[in-house]
Amino acid sequence: MLKIAKERLNELYAKISETMGLFIPVNYAGEVNYKVWKEGAEVSLETLKTVKSPKNMFFPQTENMMKFKTEGKNIEIIDVRKDYKEEKPFVLFGVKACDYKAIEVLDKVFLAEPVDTYYQSRREATTIVTLACSKPEESCFCGVFGIDATAPQGDVTTWLDGEYLYWQANTEKGEALTALITALTEEGGEETVAGQRETTKAVLENLPFAKLDLSRFTPENLNDLFEAKEWEEMSEACLGCGTCTFVCPTCQCFDIRDFKTNEGVIRYRCWDSCMYSDFTLMAHGNSRTTQMQRFRQRFMHKLVYYPSQNDGLYSCVGCGRCVNKCPQRLNIVKVVKTLGGKKDD
Amino acid sequence: MIDETLIPKVGVITDIRKDTPDVKTFRVVGTDGKKLFQHMPGQCAMVSVPGVGECMFSITSSPTNEEYMEFSIKKCGCVTEVIHAMEVGQQITVRGPYGKNFPVEEDFKGKDLLFIAGGIGLAPLRSVINYVRHYRENYGKVVIVYGARSKDDLVDIEEIQTEWVNEPNTEVYLTIDRPQEGWDGHVGFVPSYVKELGLDPNMTAVLCGPPIMIKFTLQGLLELGFDKSRVYTTLELRMKCGVGKCGRCNVGDKFVCKDGPVFRMTELDELPDEY
Ligand SMILES: Cc1cc2nc3c(=O)[nH]c(=O)nc-3n(C[C@H](O)[C@H](O)[C@H](O)COP(=O)(O)OP(=O)(O)OC[C@H]3O[C@@H](n4cnc5c(N)ncnc54)[C@H](O)[C@@H]3O)c2cc1C
Ligand code: SF4
Ligand code: SF4
Ligand code: FES
Repeated sequence: MLKIAKERLNELYAKISETMGLFIPVNYAGEVNYKVWKEGAEVSLETLKTVKSPKNMFFPQTENMMKFKTEGKNIEIIDVRKDYKEEKPFVLFGVKACDYKAIEVLDKVFLAEPVDTYYQSRREATTIVTLACSKPEESCFCGVFGIDATAPQGDVTTWLDGEYLYWQANTEKGEALTALITALTEEGGEETVAGQRETTKAVLENLPFAKLDLSRFTPENLNDLFEAKEWEEMSEACLGCGTCTFVCPTCQCFDIRDFKTNEGVIRYRCWDSCMYSDFTLMAHGNSRTTQMQRFRQRFMHKLVYYPSQNDGLYSCVGCGRCVNKCPQRLNIVKVVKTLGGKKDD
Repeated sequence: MIDETLIPKVGVITDIRKDTPDVKTFRVVGTDGKKLFQHMPGQCAMVSVPGVGECMFSITSSPTNEEYMEFSIKKCGCVTEVIHAMEVGQQITVRGPYGKNFPVEEDFKGKDLLFIAGGIGLAPLRSVINYVRHYRENYGKVVIVYGARSKDDLVDIEEIQTEWVNEPNTEVYLTIDRPQEGWDGHVGFVPSYVKELGLDPNMTAVLCGPPIMIKFTLQGLLELGFDKSRVYTTLELRMKCGVGKCGRCNVGDKFVCKDGPVFRMTELDELPDEY
């Protein structure tokens, strides 16, 4: 294990930024989000829940996909994709365990055949440096999904404790990044890290949502859960605003749209939400006409449909963003409590 | 850079047929004059008009046609209206093929086949029927029941009346919803016609058409003694990507674009009722 003195972190950021794009939680106008590091940036590594999750790095909120030039009856398609690995690799720094797991969830969608090359190009060009949590918040429940917040994976895992950032490379990409910054590192820290992990684990175990029971959310119960009468009441207050889907690190839905410009048509994709009424609208009807159905879709997808397609991996990582952000105080915790706690009947 | 399925190919419209007041069939080839890509019966493609939008359509021509692809398109909204206004020579974009095909090389082989279509539902079926005609010796008896609102709404009626009816070991039954001048064929809805025909329940059946027709026809077939595991249909949900990523067409643990659009009735029974 290596360690870097906290007062030298700016040197570390500067060193990485010489050759790579460094994305790191930065406080800007009172909101912390992953942004490109610049000298003077107010880095806030310890912020657990950035407003937007780091999925934005690989699956941006909007992204141009191609251009079309039309002349008379003819169409020319212009590929606007970039090879980020060739152009400029990235480092995504300070990712928490839940958000790292969420990237794994998205990988299974976007890297499945046929591979989404837009996502893949960014993903492959990125070295991910995770940061272990030492001060979990009350809305956190990553442990319910088997995530260890005290030792996230990633190309490099780091721990912040006392005067040092502790650093452990896990992959080839991680080793390469370590080689770049050796001048700033010293050996040591195993004991400090082990101690921090012990202390944090005790905190995690006693969080308010730590004991949520997922055992009823299995493919066998798919139709029973779908038919549950509780959905009506649970979804009654939902505004269909889509906030929960936009802040969620695992929500994958997107729209593809065309935009006319002076230089031709740009086809882009943007985040979409299953909470919106026109999401499933067709010329001859709509397969989900009520907000109850849309609400149910979001949670059934996370807790039953996705796991059923992906060997039991849930598509919620317990980051708690939807718990904090829903204007109506609806969230996945309430759903799990309402539908999950009925194992005995 | 490697291929990206979401980036389409340019296609050229080489022929347009007006089938019914609101359905036209478009023949499409690549800019090199060749077929854009290979497909299997029941698969679909995303067709787009840049600046207007992209829509999913069944590839209605048979895979055995080596020269071109055809789409039968019903005018019902922004994109389909613009396509209907197009002339021969106009370029569009196409990507695909998407979805699972009918099991023509597996479960259908050696079987007696019953095809039941309503309205534009003929589009996916035409591809299978012509495939079966091409490899006729691999399949048993073929029975086709096709209905539409009126005689003018029967898609591809010329091909049906001049070619399909003359195939060996093939029966074709046409019906329209209401009596009409110049029509001396059967009158009545598809589901009741199917029951009247007293079809052999050992056939493998394929149903395509509006959801309401599928529902009642299936009921009729079950009453006749058909087994759900040998009845197939296609689903139609809103689609954007076509490859199981954008989330649009999700029902239960399936994505219709990738796990369908062809489903066996027994598979549909396991899905939540949301399609
Ligand atoms: C698997 C599949 C196969 C299909 N095969 C055929 C076919 O062979 N022939 C045919 O005429 N039509 C077919 N359709 C329906 C066709 O995609 C829609 O009629 C078409 O998208 C309508 O687009 P629009 O822009 O003209 O209508 P609008 O109502 O203006 O469409 C607005 C938006 O809704 C979407 N949309 C509207 N209706 C549908 C729909 N029914 N299904 C999916 N998306 C829709 C469009 O993509 C568009 O983005 C098929 C649909 C699916 C899913
Ligand atoms: S659950 Fe809450 S955040 Fe999500 S759409 Fe409904 S009101 Fe908005
Ligand atoms: S559903 Fe809520 S708690 Fe779960 S990953 Fe998404 S935002 Fe986080
Ligand atoms: S159309 Fe995108 S998931 Fe099916």
